Formats: sequence, structure tokens, C-alpha cells
Amino acid sequence: MQTGRLHGRSPVHQRPGVIWAAPAFVYFLVFAVVPLVLVVGLSFTHWNGLGMPRWAGAANWSRLAEDPTLGSSIRLSLILTAVAWLVQTPISLLLGVWAAGPGRGRAALSAVFFVPLLMSNAAVALLWQSLLDPNFGLAELIGPLLGAPDGNVLGDPGRALAAMALVVSWQFIPFHMLLYQAATRQIPRSLYEAAAIDGAGRARRFWSITLPQLRHTIVSSSVLIVVGSLTYFETILLITGAGPGTATRVLPLHMYITGFQAFEMGYASALAVLLVAAGTALSIGIVRMTGYSRMDSSREGM
Amino acid sequence: MLRVRRRARYLALVAASALALSACGSSGPAGGGSGEVRVWSLQDGVNKAEREAVAAYNKSADPKVKMETFLNDPYKQKLQVAMGSPQAPDVFMNWGGGNLKQYVDAGQVHDLTGALNADPAWRDRFLPVVMKTAQINGKYYGVPERGMQPIVLFYNKDVFAKAGQQPPKTWDDLLRLVDVFKDRGVTPFALAGSQAWTELMWLEYLLDRIGGPAPFQAIVERRPGAWKDPSVLRALTMIRELVDRGAFGTNYASVDYDVGGASTIFAQGKAAMHLMGSWEYATQLEQNPDFVKKDRMGWTAFPSVPGGQGDPKNIVGNPSNYMSVSAGSKDKEAAVRFLKEGLTSDAYIRGMISVGEVPAIKGVEPQLRSGPAPEYGTFIYGLVSGAPNFTQSWDQALPPNVAEAMLTNLSKLFLKDITPQQFADAMDKIK
Repeated sequence: MQTGRLHGRSPVHQRPGVIWAAPAFVYFLVFAVVPLVLVVGLSFTHWNGLGMPRWAGAANWSRLAEDPTLGSSIRLSLILTAVAWLVQTPISLLLGVWAAGPGRGRAALSAVFFVPLLMSNAAVALLWQSLLDPNFGLAELIGPLLGAPDGNVLGDPGRALAAMALVVSWQFIPFHMLLYQAATRQIPRSLYEAAAIDGAGRARRFWSITLPQLRHTIVSSSVLIVVGSLTYFETILLITGAGPGTATRVLPLHMYITGFQAFEMGYASALAVLLVAAGTALSIGIVRMTGYSRMDSSREGM
Repeated sequence: MLRVRRRARYLALVAASALALSACGSSGPAGGGSGEVRVWSLQDGVNKAEREAVAAYNKSADPKVKMETFLNDPYKQKLQVAMGSPQAPDVFMNWGGGNLKQYVDAGQVHDLTGALNADPAWRDRFLPVVMKTAQINGKYYGVPERGMQPIVLFYNKDVFAKAGQQPPKTWDDLLRLVDVFKDRGVTPFALAGSQAWTELMWLEYLLDRIGGPAPFQAIVERRPGAWKDPSVLRALTMIRELVDRGAFGTNYASVDYDVGGASTIFAQGKAAMHLMGSWEYATQLEQNPDFVKKDRMGWTAFPSVPGGQGDPKNIVGNPSNYMSVSAGSKDKEAAVRFLKEGLTSDAYIRGMISVGEVPAIKGVEPQLRSGPAPEYGTFIYGLVSGAPNFTQSWDQALPPNVAEAMLTNLSKLFLKDITPQQFADAMDKIK
């Protein structure tokens, strides 16, 4: 009966029926909503993974206010997110637009740029850990240029954080480059042809056509970067183990260490809920701020 | 710690999936009663000897033993999830001390005191100082099953010979050596400071030398103010002085043990000494074989501290790994029989020695002398058997949340981010 409506004239009936959303909805329910509810429940208990959780009331939640590491974790997460966005967006946009053009050379080079994305996190971590070894790695050579003549990069709080931002960016620029490459190829050629007839140069075409046409992609990519930086921790865990001290202990890593090294599952759950709330708020914020939710066409009049 | 944590970071992620798998419930045949004794052990170099022991035992045993082995860190988490469930093994390997205590407190471990006392010949085969770590609330919950791993001060003989120096016997010797080697452009101590458990070894030894085992016992018992004990503060202050004096060089916080950073600068003579667990011998043999084979690596006990109350013969480290019987096992008798006849057999002890372990068994010196590393094996054996006290590595002896906070704060102390007093205050607050 739903299919009949699909052919209806009225725009209200042009969308497919609710039944089509069922698989996605069930998946979301089982793998996102149910665990989330369990985590919220667990955040009101003390549990070390052994035996049954013990009721804790709001103890874990009031502990959030007293945890000295939490403040620094949030600050580090914000810094890492901002740096990741500022580094990744321009580079991947330019690379993506460049790679969208014709030519074998570009195809070959884009394939090379793509390699970091294909490597597992453990491989990326091992690679960078070796590169940054103070006595035998690249750090010994480039350290002096960065103000660390003894190659002490991962052992210095500021430099360790910068190194992590670099590694994360290096790892994910290819992915965002791919988004921009695909989006650039979607831009109708006629726009460029018309602009060329009007005498627009290369730079002008980029600023007036390419960039505005990529607006939605910039928003999607930004949401992915921001939310991704908030939940991403594997490579940092493997390279610095959150150190030195707590210098690279970002919020998700703080949660992981609390849960799986200190085995304080209750408090880790409270941190997890905090992360979910922060991630949701940020992505809604970005989408609202940029007007992405209105889904207006950028090709009006075409 | 140490052994547990060595590959920690890489395996932590694997562990998460292991956890998921075991949580999904491998509904295979559960524990005893099914006509076999299920044994869980750690996957490492000793497995060859273990398998031979199991095979020999199974020739005449009924029920037979089935052994499964797991990688280090996933094993800890798998055990944590499986214990108390029908999937729990009959016999499981553990680290004794605080690690074993959490299972004992949850009522999941069988008390072996009766069985040991009923067979004094069996009980008395083990070194008492190592047995102590399996003793919880006055009862025995496990028996040693692997080699002993005390922490030892290793030194580079070439570097010492060139400087005309002898290994330190007292703390004053050690401080003088720091200055001597610094002047010669050699880092006095290799330290893998990106992993706080390497830094913990200094605190463990210093506190024992200054105040004996009592101050740490107070910490284990979670007595209020135990972390603020003057001897703890003195040990922390001595560490800070050592850092300020340049004993570890300047870039130690970037150095990692797992990728061989600290062991290699030590073997190459860029560092003169290395405080490390006894497994450093095997690590060097693998990574820098010539350093060991050409007799360039020396070893000695941790120096004494003048005026300290601790016996300089005391040691710290990993006393051993232990085998325990789970309380839920349906055939505890058969499980205990396997511990006695399978894992305390002469054949198994020979097997352990042949793969380079130093078992916690009385009177094995002659066998060690004909083993693969006679000089080193007898040194370790003498060190442990002559020790009045063997303190278990703190990050194993303390509950996980305290251990985690301690390692983080210690790494900050080595970074000079916090003072000894701030360290003590922060640790004292942990519930």
C-alpha cells in the first residue's frame, strides 16, 4: 500500500514509507540506544568488572566536579579538535580540488596520499613511535630545528601534543581529501564554462564557484573532524599512552584509562555520557550555525 | 606490572575485542564435571615446558588436563570477565598479591592451605619468600609456577672499565657515579620514562631501603596517611634529586621500553646502567646478543642507603606467577593433583630452567649451573633465596585504580610537574 503512494503527485507523499527506515532504526536501537541506556545506568554504580555493580547514587557524577584531570582533559580535547580542524580543512580541501582535475600524475599522487588511511592504527602508531624515538629516530635529526636538541619530542608536554595533532591530521587528511575530490567532480562544468566566457581567472573561479559549491561538503567534513576528534584516541594511546604525565590525556583517553586500566567502570560511564552529550551538542551546533539543516539547494536557477 | 604491562598498549585494543568475545559467551563445554581439568595460562616462552608437563601428566591422569594459553593483557581482562561465570577455568595463572586478592575477595578462589599442609613435602619445595605473595589473609591461594623476576641493577662493563669505576654498593657511590659518567658525556642511567612502571622501580627500591617493607605494607592496607609517611616523602625527594642531578639525561621521557629504546642505549654504551626486571637479560640476548655473549653486561643488587632501616638484601619485583584453583571448579581434587604432580614435577622444573627461567624451587642451583645462563641464573636464585623480603611490584600489589593514579603521578614527578609533597597529597586522596 505504501508503494502506491510513491507514485502520488503530492510532494508530501513522495518520500518513502517509514518501513524502509526500519532496518536502520533497529540497528540504531540495538547498537546505539540500548548501550547508551546501559551506560547511563552504569554511571550510577560502582563496578570494577568483577561481580555485580553496586549502587552508587550520584557519587560518580559529583566526582566529575572534583576530578583534577577532567579539566585538563577537556582543555586538551578542545585544543586538539581546533588544531585538527585548522590543519585538516584547508589542506584536504586544496588537495581534493587539485586531485579532482584530470591527468595520470594527479591520480597516481592521490593514490600515494591515500596510503595513511589504509594503514591500521597500530601500524600508524608504531611508525610514528619509531620516527619520534629520541635516540634512534628522525626526532634526533629534526629535534634541533624544533628547539629540542636532545630529540625530546614525545617526552615534552607541549611538543607531544603538537606531535599528536600532526599524526592525527596526517592520518585523516586523505579521507577528507577524498570527500572534497568527489564533491568537486560533482560541480557542473557549465558553471566553469560560463565563468570562463565572462573572463574569470583561475583564482576567481575557485573563490566564486568551487568554494561556494563545496559548502555542504565543508560542513560535513567539519562535523566529522570535530566529532571524530572528540572520540578518537587509539593512536594517541598507542604512541604516548596519554603521557608524558597527563599531557596528551584527551577526554576519550581519560574515559578509556578510567574504565580499562583503573577498572572504575561507573565513573568511566559518567565520562562516556559526558562525551556523548558534548559530541551531540557540537554537531548540532555546527549544523545549525551553518544552515546545513535547511538543506537548501546551492544550484538554484540551473 | 612489568611483564603484564610490557606489551600493554598494543594489546589493549585487542583486549577490548577479547572482552566482547567472552561477553558474548563462548558456550563451549563448561569447566569440570565434563571429564577434564581446564587450565588457563599465559602465552610466552614457558609454554613449551608447560605443554610437555601436561602431556606427561595426561599419560596416566584421569581426568585429563586441557591447557589454553592467552596473550598477556587480553588474558587479564578475559579472566576478569570469566571468573565467577560457568566459563571459568578450573586452574588459572595469576600474578599473586593484589591481583589474586580481588578474586579471593569475590570468593572465587579455592583455599589451598589444607592441601599444602597435608603434604609438607610439596609445600616445602617452594621458596618461602615467594610463597608469601600467594598468601592472602593468612591462607595460601596459589603455588608458584614460573620463574622469579626480581629487579636488578645492570651495568655496562665496558663503560665502567673505561671510566675505571666499580658498580655502586651504596647510595653515595651511586651519586658519585652519576657525576663521573655525566662528566664523560655518558647518561648514567638508561630510563624508559615514557612508561611509568620503569620509574616505579626506583620508588619501590628506595622506599624499601629507607623504611623497610612496613611503609608499603601500610599503603597496601590502605591506612589513612600511609602515602604521607616521612620515608615515602624521603624516597620521592631522593628521586627528584636524582632527576635534577641529570642521572637519566634529558630526553628519558621520550624513551620507550617496548621498542627497545632504553635497552639499546644501554647496550651501546650511551648509558652506563639500567635498573630493570630480570627479563632484561632475555631482552638483551634477543636485541643485542653480542652484548650478553661477549660478557659486556654486568649485574648487581640495588645499593644500600646509609641510615636506612631496610635490609639491603631485600628485593622488589615480580616474585613469580602463580597457579590457583577456582572455587567454582567441579573437580577441585583433580585440579590440585595437577598442581602437585604436573606443575611441581622434576621434569617441569627442568623444562623451565631449559627455557631460561629461574624457578622458585629450593635447591635448584646445580640444575641452574648446567642451564643456559649459569652465572646469571645462579645470581638471580641467590638474590631471591637470600632475601628476607620480596616486595611485589606495586602496580600489581595495589588495586587497579590506585595503581593507575600512582603511575600517572609518578610520571609527573619525573617530569618535575609536581613536587614530592604534591605526589603524596594526591595519592592520599584516592579512595
